Amino acid sequence: MKTLFGAAMAALIIALCWSSLAAADGSGDPAAVKDEDGKYFDKEGNPTYKVQADGTVDWHTYSGFRRYHSDCHVCHGPDGMGSTYAPALKDSLKTLNYSDFLAVVAGGRRNVNSAQENVMPAFGTNANVMCYLDDIFVYLRARADDAVGRGRPEKHAEKPAAASAAEDTCFGAKH
Amino acid sequence: MRYLLLKFSTFGAVAAFAAGSAYANDALIKMSENPKDWVMPARTYDAQRFSPLKQINAANVGKLQAAWTFSTGVLRGHEGAPLVIGNVMYVHTPFPNNVFALDLDHDGKILWKYEPKQDPNVIPVMCCDTVNRGLSYGDGKIFLHQADTTLVALDAKTGQVVWSVKNGDASKGQTGTSAPFVIKDKVLVGISGGEFGVQCHVTAYDMKDGKRVWRAFSEGPDNEIMVDPEKTTDLGKPVGKDSSVRTWEGDQWKIGGGCTWGWMAFDPQLNLVYYGSGNPSTWNPSQRPGDNRWSMTIFARNPDTGMAKWVYQMTPHDEWDYDGVNEMILSDQTIDGRARKLVTHFDRNGLGYTLDRESGELLVAQKFDPAVNWTSGVDMNKNSANYGRPTVVAEYSTSKPDVNHTGICPAALGSKDEQPAAYSPDTQLFYVPTNHVCMDYEPFKVSYTAGQPYVGATLAMYPPKGESNMGNFIAWDGKVGKIVWSVPEQFSVWSGALATAGGLVFYGTLEGYLKAVDAKTGKELYKFKTPSGIIGNVMTYEHGGKQYVAVLSGVGGWAGIGLAAGLTDPHAGLGAVGGYAALSNYTSLGGQLTVFALPE
Repeated sequence: MKTLFGAAMAALIIALCWSSLAAADGSGDPAAVKDEDGKYFDKEGNPTYKVQADGTVDWHTYSGFRRYHSDCHVCHGPDGMGSTYAPALKDSLKTLNYSDFLAVVAGGRRNVNSAQENVMPAFGTNANVMCYLDDIFVYLRARADDAVGRGRPEKHAEKPAAASAAEDTCFGAKH
Repeated sequence: MRYLLLKFSTFGAVAAFAAGSAYANDALIKMSENPKDWVMPARTYDAQRFSPLKQINAANVGKLQAAWTFSTGVLRGHEGAPLVIGNVMYVHTPFPNNVFALDLDHDGKILWKYEPKQDPNVIPVMCCDTVNRGLSYGDGKIFLHQADTTLVALDAKTGQVVWSVKNGDASKGQTGTSAPFVIKDKVLVGISGGEFGVQCHVTAYDMKDGKRVWRAFSEGPDNEIMVDPEKTTDLGKPVGKDSSVRTWEGDQWKIGGGCTWGWMAFDPQLNLVYYGSGNPSTWNPSQRPGDNRWSMTIFARNPDTGMAKWVYQMTPHDEWDYDGVNEMILSDQTIDGRARKLVTHFDRNGLGYTLDRESGELLVAQKFDPAVNWTSGVDMNKNSANYGRPTVVAEYSTSKPDVNHTGICPAALGSKDEQPAAYSPDTQLFYVPTNHVCMDYEPFKVSYTAGQPYVGATLAMYPPKGESNMGNFIAWDGKVGKIVWSVPEQFSVWSGALATAGGLVFYGTLEGYLKAVDAKTGKELYKFKTPSGIIGNVMTYEHGGKQYVAVLSGVGGWAGIGLAAGLTDPHAGLGAVGGYAALSNYTSLGGQLTVFALPE
């Protein structure tokens, strides 16, 4: 009896752990719990995506698709799928968390040894990337979690006023 | 008497001077006439990529086999081709741009190796993989154009550095990927950085000591672009004062692009060097109103002075990234009963151009891929105000920022990218490796930071509607502008072609196949799968009485970025599964030279 109960408890614990593991990417549970003017955050406070049942994505995920394909696509391939020499970020974000992602994009990365010479530039001084960093993150996070498929999202939410204001502040007079 | 003496001595001096500079020229021209060697990037100055060798021919090529191989030790996109001079083959690699001299008398034993020490920080400012398009030779020296823009002259016998100059500044996004070209007593070299807001140029260095002789920018004031407002012509008319700056807003030309990362051709009789310039910066057209001259332009320049004799801009106010840098092939053919000196160019924009290379007169401009839709054609009426301009189809213009413009053909990677075509004087046909891909293109505003990408558009690519092949290898009649035959390929054909007197045309596929087809019909006669996708240029040489065909394998370049994961149809609707073939299912990285020959 005790053994059966123990086995059942073990199975239940494993099932619970498994289900929560399945809903976590590199930054944890991606479920959106907070909505700040159309920008979504998970329970840890990391930016995250929100996809409606009919496939409509939030503005920042849509913006991330566009900005990814401007500056990241040239090495990392379309839709976060990777190229012959740069990793598929839709896979990287399964284990890479938000703060590490920010650090890599801002500071760059070097993998130079006898077998390869892969160098990612530091985008820290590039406003075209840094002003949209959260957008690129939530798009890739959505791709890593299979919440968004390949290609341009067909439907997206309207651009919130807060997003335009943030852009203007970030770019300053130049924009 | 004295008068006669003076005349004679002047003549003698002139003759000596001519002999001095002509010697550098004549020696190389003579070497390029030896079909056993391959002494410059396209074998000959006319860039025809045609070899008179015919030991391998349409009847026996089916028996071709791999004779020997060489691993470069580098795993990135391998563009260009080796040189062969006598018993030595010179092989180059992508970054770090190593150079090997191989002894063909001793099974490719390495005679010397040059391994430049470059700062890896140049890698991230190379937009489209760390490729290098190859070496040049002149006066006992091998010339290499490194990624960090160093132009270096190596002693061909020992590999020792004879001289070295820095042609640009990687911290400003300037890099080197093109082959240098030895023209007379100079080495000409371009520069890359069209996606980094670089004001690009072609520079001529003295072959003996690397001193800079002249530099011609693609955009800017007349003295910088080296045109004569009265003498330099554009379709027969003088270009006039400030022909470039008056087509840019404010100072935008200073970060204007027009990069020169492609191939050059040279006509020794006309004393003209031909090359094309790339896209204007940014990819967002609304940020740079005006025709943006002289981006997207065919230049004919005097190699001694750098001055332009004629120019022709193919895509004014580019809205699609259709760089004009592809090869310029020189041929002599008869058009409308008249023998003409021609230059033929297969542009990224999908049009095959034939011009008179002496005057710059435009003779033919026709689509070499039927899918091309951004233009309804070039105005060929000499009396029209729009003479020479392509008529843009409004539906495929990308002038509105933040709007996704759909269904534009060709995609930004063009109906053909840098991979060079070949010409056979036997068939009078051009053999062209093409891309068959369309795109959605959305421009948006971007700000400029030196050394950072300055792009300003997002794009998605896919084959034309209803089709699944992403490439075609075609035969083209440049006299009239017509496709003669077309062989479909699953992926874009990204290798340089080779035509031979054996009635054959060779090319490589992105899956890695080296193929030989019949020059008259396109019928496939031979294929062999090399270790990795081919983006190199097929070449041929003879050694020990035997003909060899060689090609570099090593997938990468823009094909390796855009096609690795497979394209998807963005208009298939929600829930569409899969898409088109993914290159990553057929090949992975490699770096190998495969050399083929007939069996003993």
